[in-house]
Amino acid sequence: MSMRHQITAGFMPLFDSAVLVAASELGFAGSEGVDLTLHRETSWANIRDRIAIGHFDLAHMLGPMPLACNLGLTPLASETIVPFSLGLGGNCVTISNAVWTGMAAHGAEPDLDPARAGAALRAFIRDRAVAGREPLRFAVVHPHSGHNYELRYWLAACGIDPDRAIEIVIVPPPFMADALATGRIDGYCVGEPWNSAAVAAGTGHIVTVKAQIWRNSPEKVIGVRKAWADENPEALAALLRALHHSARWCQDPANHAELAAVMAQPGFLGLPPAVQMPILTGHLQLGGGAELDVDDFFLPFDKAANFPWKSHALWFYTQMVRWGHVAHTPDNLAIARNCYRPDLYRSALKPLGVALPGANAKVEGALKVATAVGATGAGLVLGPDGFFDGQIFDPDEIDAYIARQKSVRTEA
Amino acid sequence: MVRSSLAVLVIDENRIRASIIEAGLREAGHQLVTVIHDVTGIARRIAEIEPDVIVIDLENPNRDMLENMFQLSRAVKRPIAMFVDRSDQASIEAAVDAGVSAYVVDGLRQERVKPILDMAVSRFNAFSRMARELEEARSELESRKVIDRAKGILIKSRGLSEEAAYTLLRKTAMNQNRKISDIAQSLVTAAGLLGPAEDE
Repeated sequence: MSMRHQITAGFMPLFDSAVLVAASELGFAGSEGVDLTLHRETSWANIRDRIAIGHFDLAHMLGPMPLACNLGLTPLASETIVPFSLGLGGNCVTISNAVWTGMAAHGAEPDLDPARAGAALRAFIRDRAVAGREPLRFAVVHPHSGHNYELRYWLAACGIDPDRAIEIVIVPPPFMADALATGRIDGYCVGEPWNSAAVAAGTGHIVTVKAQIWRNSPEKVIGVRKAWADENPEALAALLRALHHSARWCQDPANHAELAAVMAQPGFLGLPPAVQMPILTGHLQLGGGAELDVDDFFLPFDKAANFPWKSHALWFYTQMVRWGHVAHTPDNLAIARNCYRPDLYRSALKPLGVALPGANAKVEGALKVATAVGATGAGLVLGPDGFFDGQIFDPDEIDAYIARQKSVRTEA
Repeated sequence: MVRSSLAVLVIDENRIRASIIEAGLREAGHQLVTVIHDVTGIARRIAEIEPDVIVIDLENPNRDMLENMFQLSRAVKRPIAMFVDRSDQASIEAAVDAGVSAYVVDGLRQERVKPILDMAVSRFNAFSRMARELEEARSELESRKVIDRAKGILIKSRGLSEEAAYTLLRKTAMNQNRKISDIAQSLVTAAGLLGPAEDE
């Protein structure tokens, strides 16, 4: 006899919900005994609230969002854990044609190089300030998002103070391209397909990508209401196995056409399959006719993309501290450390005999080339995972990392 | 008793629903009701209105934007009542029990607006007070005290600095995938059993 598990999950219409969507639509959940019901949501706040009040057991979530819930940064949040990551990479920074013209005058090239683009942007911002024009306005999807933190990281590393030299506002992902076209914002950081959409419309240029700011960096996760996880360990483990099989399927290029067709349905993205190909292939149109292949642009499975590294959560925590979202205290650090749950991932996948990393945290930015690492089961390859500015994040040296970032020199 | 000074901001792109909510609020004696259909340029309006309660449509994808705005203006700790068209009774009760929001089902009637809003406000106030007290109690007692005692034991028995003692606790917690306070508690318990009586 087998018991069926009923699981209700929320997701946002973004391509990186694909592993969850495919688990439901292509039978991976069903074959693990899970009846997975998906609900499309319109805002991240709704996702968080509906988990808190028990409408959803779990959801497609922004990586730092469960930390924000557990740290009490938002109202109506319940304790949320992360037993599974939905992928690495996938975001871009897109700017208006006017800003691109200004940056090109200061040496920007259509090569996605974060350092070169950042230097050009910094010079352009200085020109504008001297001319007495108001600061550029950039948008991200949510304050507690990988987008906000990687945009800020990139700008600060290039000597641009994201709190003073520019303005950062929140805009829902599907509205980004319109807001850029109508001049309400000058640039944004968002996941696909909302960057390629602006390029296709001729209203924006992609200047850099998450995969080049921090290669193989964390993005969306599965956030689970802890109370539900505690009561339903078998259902959660069955779902994690389904997500594992789904992620492996999504990564395989042989399945990309079918995956794009599934995501194109009105209930999911509701966008033509062609719009989804850049994220699947890493072949990006940058604007103005330029195009480029980006290595590891978005990984739904490879390079341990699904392992919920504690060092990923801790990096988000250091950035929350850096930008004043939370105070750095031993208690808050402990909350951040306990949010991602590699133990649950391990125990769910162990029966499958798949590769599992030997550690729960890693030094981020240390791997300059793809490297086979100690793992149980089959071999596991990680990285390269470098930050573009050569910095290294050692989760055992959090205080020093936070202190070092405080001393970064930026222009107002 | 209705406080006539309660300023209510209704944000709803659905004009019919907004007008039902507005009528319900006015009927109930709330005179300071502002209705906004379009969120463009809303930051200035919020600053002007300084709402005590915000009623927002859950279907609005701009919720994230608005929430950030409230956070920046430090007004986020205000009750937010949410009206949606698709919920069952159990969902409404769960939502209200969670303390902050009110959900309204299909066939929104104006006479239902006031009690739901009142409940949202009072629940919010009770909930945020309770959450605050709980949080204070929890962090004070559970973590700090036990961790301090565990640190003291490590400092005394192993000659570590306070910082090194904390690092050791943290590392152990990380390696064993447990909370620092749990590790600290185990250490305190073990020390009580093994060592000479600890000074209290």
